Amino acid sequence: MSEVKNLFASGHKACQGCTVPIMMSEILRATGKNVIVVNSTGCLETFSAGPEDFSCWEVPYIHPLFENAAAVATGVVAALEAKDGNKDNTQVLAIGGDGSSYDIGFGSISGTLERNDNVIYICYDNEAYMNTGVQRSSATPYAATTTTSPNGDASFGNVKYKKNMPEICKEHGIKYVATATVSDLNDLNKKVRKAMAINGASYLHVLVPCNTGWGIPAYMSIEIARMMVNAGLFPIFEYTDGEISSVKKIKKIPVTEVLFMQKRFKHLKDPKYAEQVRHIQEIADHNIARYGLE
Amino acid sequence: MGKKVSVLEGSMAVAEAVRACNTDVIAAYPISPQTHIVEDLSAFAADGKLHGKYICSDSEFSAASAVYGASAAGGRAYTASSSQGLMLMIEVVYNIAGMRLPVVFTGVNRTVSPPISINNDHQDTMTLRDCGIVQIHAESIQEAYDAHIQAFKIAEDHRVLLPVMICMDGWTLTHSFTPVTIFDDEDIQEFIGGPINPIHCLNPKDEEPISYGVGTDTLLLEYKYQMFEAMKNAETVIEEVAQEYKDKFGFFNGGLVDAYKTEDAEVILLALGSVVSSARVAVDELRAEGQKVGLLKLRSYRPFPTNKIVEYCKNARVLAVLDKAVSIGIGGVVAPEVKAAFANMGATPLIKDYIASGGKYLDVAAIKDIFEDAWCVSKESIKEQEFHFVKLLREYL
Repeated sequence: MSEVKNLFASGHKACQGCTVPIMMSEILRATGKNVIVVNSTGCLETFSAGPEDFSCWEVPYIHPLFENAAAVATGVVAALEAKDGNKDNTQVLAIGGDGSSYDIGFGSISGTLERNDNVIYICYDNEAYMNTGVQRSSATPYAATTTTSPNGDASFGNVKYKKNMPEICKEHGIKYVATATVSDLNDLNKKVRKAMAINGASYLHVLVPCNTGWGIPAYMSIEIARMMVNAGLFPIFEYTDGEISSVKKIKKIPVTEVLFMQKRFKHLKDPKYAEQVRHIQEIADHNIARYGLE
Repeated sequence: MGKKVSVLEGSMAVAEAVRACNTDVIAAYPISPQTHIVEDLSAFAADGKLHGKYICSDSEFSAASAVYGASAAGGRAYTASSSQGLMLMIEVVYNIAGMRLPVVFTGVNRTVSPPISINNDHQDTMTLRDCGIVQIHAESIQEAYDAHIQAFKIAEDHRVLLPVMICMDGWTLTHSFTPVTIFDDEDIQEFIGGPINPIHCLNPKDEEPISYGVGTDTLLLEYKYQMFEAMKNAETVIEEVAQEYKDKFGFFNGGLVDAYKTEDAEVILLALGSVVSSARVAVDELRAEGQKVGLLKLRSYRPFPTNKIVEYCKNARVLAVLDKAVSIGIGGVVAPEVKAAFANMGATPLIKDYIASGGKYLDVAAIKDIFEDAWCVSKESIKEQEFHFVKLLREYL
């Protein structure tokens, strides 16, 4: 018997072209109903839960705060284990955006991973604080403009580098870390299932292009994800027991192909930013070499 | 019914109560002077004596978050903290209360920095007063033990469903030893009604699974109103549970206030926490000298027992409020609320605020000084001296 009900129901208020609902539907397709979702404040929470008695969630769901989804998930799974040893094997899944995961909730995630609590943590990464109007986070890539890292006479955009969150999480010694994106949902589905099979903490990192924040038309959101991967700017890989266990090979494209389609990088077309563009290509080439993407 | 008397450190008495209540999830982060409680609970876990899980959290914020998640998942949950740790928890405590989750806390009272100090006052827990958490102050180690057992029953009562914090003075109560009467686990579990019985929780088997924490455009005040009603219900439940405890165990450590020699008192001191014991001695000594003084122990700070305070103090000439917390810009924390309690009541006593925050040591002599000062309060003088900083070292100002 196949389950036809979408556990992430329709009626949400995501922006046109948003990739987060696509990701969430796929994740719940992988988990099935026996799951509890802990979701920090951010886009996903805002468009799926409320106002009043509206909710997209056909599974038990809790939205706590911006910075504590991982710690709340730790408590949820501890209660399930204390009550009956979690005999139904209910999966606890914490999910937060890049602002929540990279910045304000970082300590809480580190605690959950370090204790190896039986939680899947999913970071959905759109590379800035999109819900509050595209402010820079520590997931924002080098040279991207945001409302708090604008391009100006004295600035080429974000001066810092995207923090390597999957690597940091892997260094906690957890069994399973993987990256995925919305241009390959089968891959995402497979990785959620692998994470579910782990008894302990696992970390999934999903790139979710944001039309408003990146400045791309709605029909391009999936394609842009594919191009970010093929440019080497978002490597798709799996770590099992601390070792790379798979990578997605790319059909390499120059970074300019994907950068110049996005409003947040358009200023880089100006020849005065040639150095920054060259540097972004170096970042991509480094990723390609490091993870063996070609 | 089985009981035994053991000489226990206050922290161990609390840990005993929390263990005996079959708590499902305990999460904590160490901070002085809360540490002995969580060390004792960790030792129970290591010895296999703990029914539930003990989580070593990465911060107080995460500890509060973990018990919040545990409670939402239908578990009985407990945490403890002090001072800066309670400050760090505040955002989560608002959430726990707003989601109507019956988590039990120990607020081990300690000053809030700067300057950093580990001494005792009530600044930390009183900063949480507006969250929607029931706050009960214990005077003694025995009361702290009794109050923790009662706390689970109060919090989990479906008329309340709010978190409950037992406030106890750091060091004075957590790190001293007294004989404590502790009761058999089975009797305690029977008293609190067995495992927690939530109305709803995060359960994948539910036909229509719950969504906790959804947003609102229009109903926030309505949620707050219901919390307000629940807190009013807590006034009744706190007293009921205290009576049930007395009926079962023979100890009465409960209720909203405890009045001592207030009937004919001209001057009444209102105080909270361990200092009440010294104040009781001071009252006895002053009574022996013929002074008509009394004492009102405020047990429940939230809900604030307005009617009880008025009932016991309305005939006094002067009501001295001993405040171990300060609200910069108005005075103490408790005294302004006591004044508000009398605001619409016609004749009121003269109310003077004695601010003794920051770890000032208050022995019997210090409290007698307060009574002496309060005795001299007149309608004329109160206007100039509505509050008094106790033992203020003016040479350093």
